[in-house]
Amino acid sequence: MDNGRSETMPGTVALFVACVADLAYPGPPRACVEVLEAMGVSVELPAGQTCCGQPALNSGYPRQATTLARRWLATFARYDAVVTTSGSCLSTVHHAYPRLLHGAEREQAVALAARSWEFTQFVTDFGQGLTLRLDAEVTYHDSCHMLRTLGERSSPRELLSRIDGLTLVEMTDSGVCCGFGGTFAVKLPDVSVAMADHKLAQAGRTGARYLVSADPACLMHLQGRADVTRAGIRTRHIAELVSDALVRTEVRA
Amino acid sequence: MPDAAEVPTPESSPPTPPRRRSTALLGRERVVVTRPDWAAATIPAHRKPLPIITRAALDQPGTAATHTRLSGKNREQNDGGWPPEIAALRERGAEIRRETLRDLEGHLAALTAKAEANGVVVHRAATPDDAVGIITGIARANDVRLVVKSKSMATEEMHLNAHLEENGIEVVETDLGEYIVQVADERPSHIVGPALHKSKAEVGALFEELAAERLPQEAEDLAAFARTRLRADFHHADMGISGVNFAAADTGTLTLVTNEGNADMVTSQPRIHVAVMPMEKVIPRLRDLAVLVPLLCYAATKQKVTVYQTMLNGPRRDGEPDGPEQLHLVILDNGRSSIVEGRYREVLACIRCGNCQIACPVYRTVGGHAYGSVYGGPIGAVLTPLLANTKQGRDLPFLSSLCGACFDACPVKIPLPDMLVDLRADYEAATRGRPRRWLWRLWAKAWDSPRGYRLTMTAARLAGPLLPRAVLRRLPGPGRGWAAGRALPATRDAGAFRAWFTDRRPR
Repeated sequence: MDNGRSETMPGTVALFVACVADLAYPGPPRACVEVLEAMGVSVELPAGQTCCGQPALNSGYPRQATTLARRWLATFARYDAVVTTSGSCLSTVHHAYPRLLHGAEREQAVALAARSWEFTQFVTDFGQGLTLRLDAEVTYHDSCHMLRTLGERSSPRELLSRIDGLTLVEMTDSGVCCGFGGTFAVKLPDVSVAMADHKLAQAGRTGARYLVSADPACLMHLQGRADVTRAGIRTRHIAELVSDALVRTEVRA
Repeated sequence: MPDAAEVPTPESSPPTPPRRRSTALLGRERVVVTRPDWAAATIPAHRKPLPIITRAALDQPGTAATHTRLSGKNREQNDGGWPPEIAALRERGAEIRRETLRDLEGHLAALTAKAEANGVVVHRAATPDDAVGIITGIARANDVRLVVKSKSMATEEMHLNAHLEENGIEVVETDLGEYIVQVADERPSHIVGPALHKSKAEVGALFEELAAERLPQEAEDLAAFARTRLRADFHHADMGISGVNFAAADTGTLTLVTNEGNADMVTSQPRIHVAVMPMEKVIPRLRDLAVLVPLLCYAATKQKVTVYQTMLNGPRRDGEPDGPEQLHLVILDNGRSSIVEGRYREVLACIRCGNCQIACPVYRTVGGHAYGSVYGGPIGAVLTPLLANTKQGRDLPFLSSLCGACFDACPVKIPLPDMLVDLRADYEAATRGRPRRWLWRLWAKAWDSPRGYRLTMTAARLAGPLLPRAVLRRLPGPGRGWAAGRALPATRDAGAFRAWFTDRRPR
């Protein structure tokens, strides 16, 4: 591990839910809690959290984004470790906050980013002890901000490779955008949907049953399109997939 | 090189034109223009809104095929995509370009002094109209009737071809891709591959229409057809107009890179050569070419070097067998001297490789014409709103999903995604009285409080069943855009995660 994050597993982490998950996608954070607890990590849910501010920033409203950036920092500052199931939201903390904030606030953002993990990073770093088994063929879509802003290509693949019985079939252009793009999806819906069709076609060509990714927003967009076009492939968040694969070694209450 | 035998003879269908009329463009009037108005060589004064042109672009028959041709073509999916030797050049190239921009006027002054000492006539054009005036002035003073051109995006900024034609001067594009789009009355859809949106079959059909006869349809045959026709024009042209890839301030040397050799012909055969460059194309030193040429070639076409590299140090000197009698250098500003003073300065580091366009999923999906501007793709979405003569296109920064592929693809590391975000803020700040300003303010106020956030969740949960997709797609607002092609997210689950988390361990 040479990524600057802690090398010892934090005993307690704060879960950063992300607004898309709160609004319509409860599965990924729930799966994240289950996997982290299976690793012996205690998960806390800071109640004051709302949204990272990215929707406003990318729509041309940096002041409003800054308001939510400050809230995010105030909510998470007291935690030693933060984990999220949205790579894109974490990229906002990493890349946008230092651009929006100055002085002590910027330093605080940089420090918090350094003790924040995207789900697959955390489980790849510390989840070696998990027993994972799932018979499935999947293809993986790299979400843009996780791939390019966080520079995270390997953790999700490493994590998938640890699941017994699972086969990853790479698609062509796995790192090409799915077309969601935040408010882009509603400002230019025809372009956004055409991009989803390209992505679903590439995923479909692999023959995989599941299209897996690490960002709920991409999946909401892709599944929404797949439902309309009756594309055969189903989407699944990687945290849900890992939770599906957990081989539980204790009786669950 | 010149060979009279290659000039079409009267046996081939077009009659031999009178001297100083173009052979390459014979039959142009036969070509039925089928392109939409937003793909025209001269951009229409009033452009339809982006959702309309992009929708129309998606419906164009060639758009999906172009996407397929470009699939799998961006190797720089992440930063590690550059081969090590090019990655090293990229660091150095990015620095050289920034060094240039830190003292742009200084380098231009040095370039001007050196070029003038070499016998080049240097002109500064503040606006595209000024540049047109300078170039038509040179043409008029020298009784120019026929112009051959090699690629120049700067001349697109001023719609030079249309202006020259208005003045009775015929202009022939000699880059194969440029020739194709000229015949089709379109403008380039890509910076280095102007006809990238056309398939071989489309080019074949276009050339057959032009020639009014059946032509062999292999790529080599089609290239040979263009080559034969263009050859005559190289001989007969009075003036050559070219772009400039790099202009070295320390020696006054103008460098052009091409794969077809047409720049060699354009700059050496006619008696007058006019080179047109936007002001940022200056580089401090001739030796910087060792970094920038291979970097440009790799980024543009994945070549180590292009087939031709043309380096010009002035007009023909006494005792030299060839070269133009006059060499003019027109340096275009068009707002760049303001850009270089502001927060978007780095956009002028661009070396026009077109790699950000190839890498951009939006560009691939809608094609370059759908941007309705001279420059399409990410570089166009950033540069267009900043250029001084932009009357429309300030909304282009929104034609991006902000995926960031353009930054990884950029050989000189221009932070295009950040610039797109900042330009969106500029656009919104300049657009007053829009309801969405108030909506974002309200949104930030609501979500800056856990209570407001919870209220939103409750509202979303309740609104879900009331607003099915069939209803939502008929209402104004963002829901309509979503519902047009996608099933709605399950907002019945709004707030469900937090409820689950709290319920499972009562405190």
